[in-house]
Amino acid sequence: MSYGNQFKAHTQLKLSPFFERTSRLNESQEWRRWSGYLAATNYELTHENEYFAIRTKAALLDITPLYKYIIEGPDAQRFLDRMVTRNIGICRVGQVMYTPWCDEDGKQIDDGTIQRLSDQKFRITSAEPNLEWIEYNAAGMDLSIWDDSYTTAALAIQGPNSRTILNAVTSDSLNNLNFFWMMETRFGDIPISISRTGYTGDLGYEIWMDPKDALSVWDLLMDMGKPFGITPTGLQALDMARIEAGLILLDVDYISSRHAIVESRKSSPYELGLGWAVKMKKKDFIGKKALEAELSRGSKWEFVGIEIQWAELENHYRNVGLAPGLPGTAWRTSTPLYKGNKQVGYATSGCWSPILKRYIALAHVKSDYAQSGSTLDFELKVEHYRKVTPAIVVKTPFFDPERKRSCPQ
Amino acid sequence: MSAVKNYDAIIIGGGHNGLTAAAYLARAGKKVLVLERRYVLGGAAVTEEVFPGFKFSICSYVVSLLKPNIIRELMLPKFGLELLPLESTFTPLENDYLLRTTDEDQTYREISRHSPRDAETYMRFGPLMGQIGMAVRPILETIAPNAIRPSLADLGAMKKLLNHFKTLSDEQFEYLTKLMTMSSADFLDEWFEFEPLKATMSASGIIGTFMGPRSPGSAYVMLHHYMGDIDGAFRAWGFQRGGTGAVSMAIACSAKHFGADILTEAPVEKVIVKNGRAMGVVLENGDEYQADKVISGLDPKLSFLKMVDESDLPSDFVTDIKNFRIRGSSGKVNLALDGLPNFISLPGDGPHLRGAISISPSYDYLERAYDDAKYGNFSQEPYMDIIFPSVIDPGMAPPNKHVMSCFVQYAPYDIKGGWNDQKREDFGDAVVNAIARFAPNIKDIILHRQVLSPADLEATFGLTEGNIFHGELTLQQLFVLRPAAKWADYRTPIKNYYQCGSGTHPGGGITGSPGEMSAKKILRNW
Repeated sequence: MSYGNQFKAHTQLKLSPFFERTSRLNESQEWRRWSGYLAATNYELTHENEYFAIRTKAALLDITPLYKYIIEGPDAQRFLDRMVTRNIGICRVGQVMYTPWCDEDGKQIDDGTIQRLSDQKFRITSAEPNLEWIEYNAAGMDLSIWDDSYTTAALAIQGPNSRTILNAVTSDSLNNLNFFWMMETRFGDIPISISRTGYTGDLGYEIWMDPKDALSVWDLLMDMGKPFGITPTGLQALDMARIEAGLILLDVDYISSRHAIVESRKSSPYELGLGWAVKMKKKDFIGKKALEAELSRGSKWEFVGIEIQWAELENHYRNVGLAPGLPGTAWRTSTPLYKGNKQVGYATSGCWSPILKRYIALAHVKSDYAQSGSTLDFELKVEHYRKVTPAIVVKTPFFDPERKRSCPQ
Repeated sequence: MSAVKNYDAIIIGGGHNGLTAAAYLARAGKKVLVLERRYVLGGAAVTEEVFPGFKFSICSYVVSLLKPNIIRELMLPKFGLELLPLESTFTPLENDYLLRTTDEDQTYREISRHSPRDAETYMRFGPLMGQIGMAVRPILETIAPNAIRPSLADLGAMKKLLNHFKTLSDEQFEYLTKLMTMSSADFLDEWFEFEPLKATMSASGIIGTFMGPRSPGSAYVMLHHYMGDIDGAFRAWGFQRGGTGAVSMAIACSAKHFGADILTEAPVEKVIVKNGRAMGVVLENGDEYQADKVISGLDPKLSFLKMVDESDLPSDFVTDIKNFRIRGSSGKVNLALDGLPNFISLPGDGPHLRGAISISPSYDYLERAYDDAKYGNFSQEPYMDIIFPSVIDPGMAPPNKHVMSCFVQYAPYDIKGGWNDQKREDFGDAVVNAIARFAPNIKDIILHRQVLSPADLEATFGLTEGNIFHGELTLQQLFVLRPAAKWADYRTPIKNYYQCGSGTHPGGGITGSPGEMSAKKILRNW
C-alpha cells in the first residue's frame, strides 16, 4: 500500500504513512513486522527512554497497522451487538468499548475496540484481519462494511503529559474527555478524531486521521510535544507497558480460534480474564450458548498475573555467583508453571517492570490453582540449568494509575 | 550365452521406486540386483543433458512428497539429496498477475490486492489442508490390506486405521469427505472468490489425470499434492540440485552403499515363471538371472501384460489390470533459452522466476483445455506448470543461459490421427504460443526445444500411455484397489513376483513410498 510517500525503502513490507518520519528517527534501525507493516522495535539504541516516556512523559506510537473496519447502516448496532460479547446497545455516540468476540463455540477470535461514530456508524479495530468473519455474519443485514485499514491512519500518544500536549494542539480542550470516549476535533485545519484509549494502561489517547494528513499531524505533535518530552516509541517499550497493564496480545497470550488448528489452543473470554466483557443479559450473541454452559460448569483455565518472587530469584543467582538476572525487555516464550511436580499452567509473556520494580508475567493457569495469593513454581534457566522459583498469583492490572481514568478538576 | 547368476531379489526398472525398494532390501542384508533398460537411472526422475550444456529434469521436475523417513533411513543427504526451496507460485494474467510466496505477510497483501476476503481465507485454508493431509497420511503409510479377504494382519491394519479415524475432528471428517467426492473447482468455490487463485489451486487436482477441474474426483488429486512436506513444512515444494535425476542417483548410491548391484542398459524381456512361481528374469540379450523374488517397478500394464504371460494369471485379475485407467494426459516441453522470459504483467527478474509459474488464469481456461483433449486433440491453450531450474540452480545451464521446464496438460495419448513428428511440433508450437501470450519475448530467446508427447513418454520411459503416475489417482484405483482388488499389498497372483512402482499404493510422485512399503512387506514375509 502506497500513501504517496516520497521516501522509499526497498522492502516488500507495507509502509505506514508515517514511515517518512519514523524511518529517519529510527536510530537503531530495528524493525519488527506488525500486520505486514514495518514497525519500529525501538527508535533509540535501547528501549528504556521510550518505556519511561510512556510512564513519565509522553510516548508517540504509530499504530496504523491495526485492522480497522467501518460498519454503517440501520442494522449496524444490531449486527455488532450480535457479533461481540459486550452490549453495543448501550454504547452511546462518542463512546468506545473494548470487547472480545467469539465463534459459536464461545472461543475467542479476536479483541479490539468499537467506536460509535454516529447512530448508525461504528469503527471496529482488530489485531488480525476480520473482514471475512464480519461479512460472513452480516449476511442479510442492512448495513455496509468498509475495510478502513488503509483509509485511516492512527497514532497513539500515551503518558502523563499526553493531555497537555494535545490541548496545546487541538482546537477543543480534552479536559472533559472521559476514559473510553472520543471526540471530533481539529489540529489547525486538519480534521481528526481523538479517543481516550490505548494499550499502555496509562493516561493516553489514540488519534485517527486521513492518511494524507499523517505527516502534518506527526510534525505538529512532535513540535508542540517537545517541551513535554514527547518521544517516538517502538513496540519493545509498548510490550512492557501492556504487560504492566495486564492487556492481552493476540498470537502471544492467546491464539484466534479461527487459526488455532487444535482445540486445546483455543480460549474463551472467561479463560482470558475477560469475563467482565461477556454480557449474558444480552438477548443473543455469537457463542452465547457455549459461554452460558461454560459459566455454569466453570472454566478449566484462568488468565492471571503472576509475580516472580525476588528473594528466591536472587538466591538462585547468588548460588552461581551472579547478581539476579532480569530480562531487559519483555519476553514472550511460553514458560511452564508447576505446583509440586505437576505442570498447572504456563506464562505467555512477562517482563521486569522498571516502574513497579517487580518481575511480572501473564499466565494461563488451571482454575484450581489460579486463586489470588497462591504460590506456583515458575521455571527459569540460571546459567544453563533449569530451576524453579516461586511466583505468586496476583490481580491484574499490575499497574493502574489514577490518571488513567481521571479528568482534571 | 546365458550367464546365470543368483540373487535374493531382482528389481525390474531403475526408477526411483525400484531403487528405493533395492536400497531397503539391500539394507536388510539381501543380495539385490536392479536392472534398468536405459543408459541412465531414475526412470521418470532423471536428469539428462539434452543439448550441450543444458541439463533437464526431462520428465518429473519437482520434489515434495519424498517421505521423510526414507530420507533418514536411506541417508539420502549423505548421497547427494539437496532440496532447494521453490519460493513462489506465479500466475500471469492478461493485464495483472497473482504471486504467492512463502512469506505470509507478502502473500496476504498480494491476495488482498485482488480479494481481501480470499487473503484471510487463504491463511486458514493452508493449515486446514495440512490437517486433512495429516488425517490421510496414516492411510498412505499403511500397506493396503486385502479388504475383500482380510488376513489377521489385514484386520489389524484396518483396526488401526479405524482407531485413527476415530481421533479425527468433525472438521477433518467433513473436509475429508468433501475432498474424496467433489471436484476441485466445487471444493475451492466453497472457500474462495478470486478466479485465478481458484484456478491455480485447482490445477493440482488435474495434474497427471484425465479430468478437468470441474470433474468430480479432482479434489482428491489436489489433496494428494498437499500431502508433501519438506523438513516438516507441509505443502512445500522443492527443487533438487542437479535435477530430479540427482534424487534417483542419491537413492542409487544408497542402494549401492548397502551392497545392491545395479545394471543399466539391461532391458528385461520376461519374468521366468515356472509352476506359478517367479524364478528370475531373462534379458533381451538372452542373459538370465535367477532370484528368490522378482519385483517389478514398472506400471501395472507392463508388469502383468508384458513381463509375464496372461496364462500365468487368473483371468479376473487380467481383466482388472486391463481396466486399470492409465490414460496419459500430459506432455513435457523443455526449452533451452538465451535469457529469461519477460512477463508483461511483471517484467524483469524477480522471485516470481524462482518458483512455479502456473498458466491457469481461470477455470474456463482449464476446462477448455480439457475439452480439446476429450475430443482427441491437444489443448490449443494448455494448462502449464513451468519452472526455471537454472534460476534456482545455475549449474543446469551455461552462464547467462537458462533452461525452462514446462509441464503441459492436456495432451491425450489417443490423439486423432496418432502422434507423429508433425503433431509433436504443432503441440510444441501451441505451448510456445500460450507462453508468448504472457511473455512475448519467449520466441526470441529459444535456442533449443525438446517436445515430449505422451507417446514419447511411453517410448522413452516405459510409461504406458504416457501416464506420469503409472495410473490415474482416482478413487476407484487407490489404496486397496491399486492396482487391483486383493492385490494392493505389493504381492501378485504369481508367487515370488511383486510390484513396487507408482501403480501401487500410495501412487505417483517422487515419494519413494511404493518402493519402501513394497520392500518392507516383502521382508516381513521373507
